[in-house]
Amino acid sequence: MSGRSILKRIDWLSVFIYFALVLIGWINIYSSTFIDEQSSIFDIGTRYGKQLFFIGVSLAAIVIILSLEVNFYERFSSLFYLISMVSLLGLFVFGKTIAGATSWYDLGFFNLQPSELAKVATALALAKYLSDIQTDIKRRKDQMYALLIILIPAILIIPQPDPGSALVFFALIFVIFREGLPLFYLAIIFSLILIFVITLKFGPIWLIIGLVLFIILLFGLKRKTLKIPVIPLALVSVAIILFSLSVNFVFNNVFEQRHRDRFSLWLRLEKDPNKLEQIRKTIGYNTYQSEKAIESGGFFGKGFLEGTRTKGDFVPEQDTDYIFSTVGEEWGFIGTGTVIILFTILFLRLISLAERQKNAFARMYGYGVISILLIHYFINIGMVIGILPTIGIPLPFFSYGGSGLLFFTILLFIFLKLDTNRLKESF
Amino acid sequence: MRKILLSLIIVVIAVTFLGRLSYLQIFSFSAEQVLEDPAIKAIYDYPERGYIYDRNGHLLVGNDPAYDVMVIPREVQPLDTLEFCGLLGIDKEKFVEKLRRARVYSPRLPSVLVPQLSKQDYAKLQEKMRKYKGFYIQKRSLRYYDTPSAANVLGYISEVNEGDLAVNKYYVQGELKGRTGVERFYEDLLRGRKGVQYIQKDRFNRDIGPYKNGTIDTLPEQGKQISITIDKTLQEYGELLMNGKRGGIVAIEPATGEILAMISGPTYDPALLVGRERSKNYTKLYNDTIANPTWDRSIHAQQPPGSPFKTLNALIALQEGALDESTTIQCYHGFYVGKKKRGCHCGGGLRNMNQGIYQSCNAYFAGTFRKIFEKFETTDEAMDVWEKHMKSFGLGDYLGYDLPFGQKGRIPSKEYYDKWYGDNRWSSSYIISNSIGQGEILATPVQLANMTAAIANRGHYFTPHILKKIEGKDITETKFTEAKHTTIDPKYFEPVVQGMADVYRKRGGTAYWLQIPDIEIAGKTGTAENFTKIDGVRTQLTDHSVFVAFAPVDNPKIAIAVYIENGYFGSRYAGHIATLMIEKYLKGEITRTDLEKRMLEKTLEAEYAKPYSGEEFKINERVW
Repeated sequence: MSGRSILKRIDWLSVFIYFALVLIGWINIYSSTFIDEQSSIFDIGTRYGKQLFFIGVSLAAIVIILSLEVNFYERFSSLFYLISMVSLLGLFVFGKTIAGATSWYDLGFFNLQPSELAKVATALALAKYLSDIQTDIKRRKDQMYALLIILIPAILIIPQPDPGSALVFFALIFVIFREGLPLFYLAIIFSLILIFVITLKFGPIWLIIGLVLFIILLFGLKRKTLKIPVIPLALVSVAIILFSLSVNFVFNNVFEQRHRDRFSLWLRLEKDPNKLEQIRKTIGYNTYQSEKAIESGGFFGKGFLEGTRTKGDFVPEQDTDYIFSTVGEEWGFIGTGTVIILFTILFLRLISLAERQKNAFARMYGYGVISILLIHYFINIGMVIGILPTIGIPLPFFSYGGSGLLFFTILLFIFLKLDTNRLKESF
Repeated sequence: MRKILLSLIIVVIAVTFLGRLSYLQIFSFSAEQVLEDPAIKAIYDYPERGYIYDRNGHLLVGNDPAYDVMVIPREVQPLDTLEFCGLLGIDKEKFVEKLRRARVYSPRLPSVLVPQLSKQDYAKLQEKMRKYKGFYIQKRSLRYYDTPSAANVLGYISEVNEGDLAVNKYYVQGELKGRTGVERFYEDLLRGRKGVQYIQKDRFNRDIGPYKNGTIDTLPEQGKQISITIDKTLQEYGELLMNGKRGGIVAIEPATGEILAMISGPTYDPALLVGRERSKNYTKLYNDTIANPTWDRSIHAQQPPGSPFKTLNALIALQEGALDESTTIQCYHGFYVGKKKRGCHCGGGLRNMNQGIYQSCNAYFAGTFRKIFEKFETTDEAMDVWEKHMKSFGLGDYLGYDLPFGQKGRIPSKEYYDKWYGDNRWSSSYIISNSIGQGEILATPVQLANMTAAIANRGHYFTPHILKKIEGKDITETKFTEAKHTTIDPKYFEPVVQGMADVYRKRGGTAYWLQIPDIEIAGKTGTAENFTKIDGVRTQLTDHSVFVAFAPVDNPKIAIAVYIENGYFGSRYAGHIATLMIEKYLKGEITRTDLEKRMLEKTLEAEYAKPYSGEEFKINERVW
């Protein structure tokens, strides 16, 4: 295929949003790490210079991805997966520890984070497995295999320790759902989360009272045509109550205080406003500072390089996980709103791209890309603006970090490359 | 369902995020956050507070430099403590203790080690300061008073408190603010505007350069120099005359409403509330709840005005046609209310208006008051008219002068009596005391002076005020430059003015022996009964001595009201003081030195001590 036809067929909207996000991200990294105007933006000694270098590397990667044979990815996906799992295992021996987590290989000029590679490889491998003619997702055994593909990297990453990155892999369950895993599973997961939150927030007593009221209501409104399955209802109710009580027990007796504090903060469990404020400023220091920084930006923001809290380094890890707070402080609601809207458009666009694939592998990989990007975006921004508990994962295309930017780019552009061949059922 | 589930989740997330962000950035955001931002530190540059001059350009209040010795405990290095203490003029124990306290407060921030060094100590210390690391001298400016008087008018300044900070965002902890008097009322003029320099800080509180490159920094704006209407000489003289007496004196220039003097006795030296001894002195003044030196009687003391009030009743009677100046009323050495007789000192006989005024006949004015009420069909109607006339002289309500506090006084209304006696259950006889300025009427000295100015102007007055010039330019506020007209026709004033002039001119006038050579003066004495409670028993005290006057009778230059608590006859203390003040103002010197000597020396301390003696005491003693 000639280079020209690639340029014709590639989805320019996604490409445009990708570059917009990378550019906005870099501007904010520049602002967060900028010290004085003496150094050039290309100075590799500075964080923004380094990031600019990796933007260059990513561009090179894009060129390579787009020029490779389209069936290369599907064909070698199992191999990629194997390599990435080995590289994760290798961390236990050769890994470099930064900030307490053994997540990197020291390549001299740069630290490689294999968990980023694993995200791409797992998405490919899952798509490959699910699109295999032999696989039937309605089969219990095949469901387990698919889950195993997701679980292996997660299990390897947890002990680094990097629970945030491990969590990301679970987002790939969405791909399996898209391909036919019964929604029943999803309903159970949501129910469990709901019961967990209700139990912590209101206590098991209220949950039980609510449940009893619900059952009374059900019988009260009973119609002749509708038969209430009494035994399953009783079983489910007992299960809910047991789960709720065990959540209560685990929270109070198994969790450590620091975990309890995070939940106290997130769900505002602490009733005393003074104590809550205290927790916000100590346990929730990062979130407190980032919320304040975003708030202080107001509607129009303080302007480029004018973020006082950014300059004063009040928000920890502001160029990595908390980069969004710089957007909030310097560009205000206009900036944060723009970023949210760009991401939203990108996601919706990618879904429509995925849905138009004739080829099952491309579609499933597309869903893998969306799931991974979405969970990063959701957890990261949710944490920075204080509606989710602190879980340290980067914001795609934004956060400082070479591996992150490079592999998010690869993740996205493999899909865009596949999309250029969407009309063919097989490559 | 499967296909749209993810899209739905994406949209829900976007809506949630935008909702949360708009809550943070639009609803919680406030522009004042700049000052709460831990990353920005504001450094202030304070302008000098404006000077205050009197009407003739004499300095009243200026500024004096003061020098505080400051210490930053962390930067202190071993030093020759003995020599340093010698220079500071404190002993070593105190020095060590102060240093310890400064360290407890903060090792990094400056604390005051020794406040307000004298200039001499400062000169000695300055040369050697370099030797002492961690110490420095901070210059600041304190109020300096070029007069021992007018404390009540000038007011004082003090550090802002939590309440001020909550109300006015301009101030920050440790700044000074006018508390009373001119310092308070014209705070914004005198204070100027401080300059601000914003410094960007990092999270370790280190300076990392100017915020926004200094583009929003501001330069200080100097405080304005103002002139007030007070005549320094007259004010100081009045305070001397007030020696040992309680009460108020207010002098007004009738043609402008400018307050020439505003004296409250007892008072205090304004310099007491400046400097190292400030809080000690303040507590002492504040705790004197009997003499109450911090209470400005000239604008706060609401007292029955007594006989000067008769002049207004005469004017109302003329205006309403209740009588004319030749109408006579019989005085039986008093008058009858029902069967009860009320006394009069005028000598008795048939009295016309002129005699009524200059001999201060109670019976004449009781009759006048009745005649006013007889003009109307109902008491209610009469009361309304009477009240309206009275209030047109600035009585019974705030006058609107430019001082921060004050009292309304009281002119009773029909509602007031309805509440007291019941609807239609009262008549002019019930309230006959109002005819002679007793009863329910209350007025402050400044209201009496203003009323006198209105008579002097024959029917109008200018709202009394204290500000004359800002930066050398006369004030133009219409509130103070436009005349307020009373409801009495100017033509009715002349007989009353003549009666007041006869108070001095005619033998038998109540102030005959208080005339000033070569100056024609008009006045009215007043002797106001008053009561207090001693151990819950209503007890009468010696009458208040009241006097209002203006001079010259034609083209008046000064109108004055003097109110001396428990000074007995109007002509006794108040009359003396009024005539001396007028002479001082118009002539610049006093010819009647015997009168002056008497006023300077005589005090009423013994009189004021009586109710607190716990023993029986006599009031209204003839001898003095």
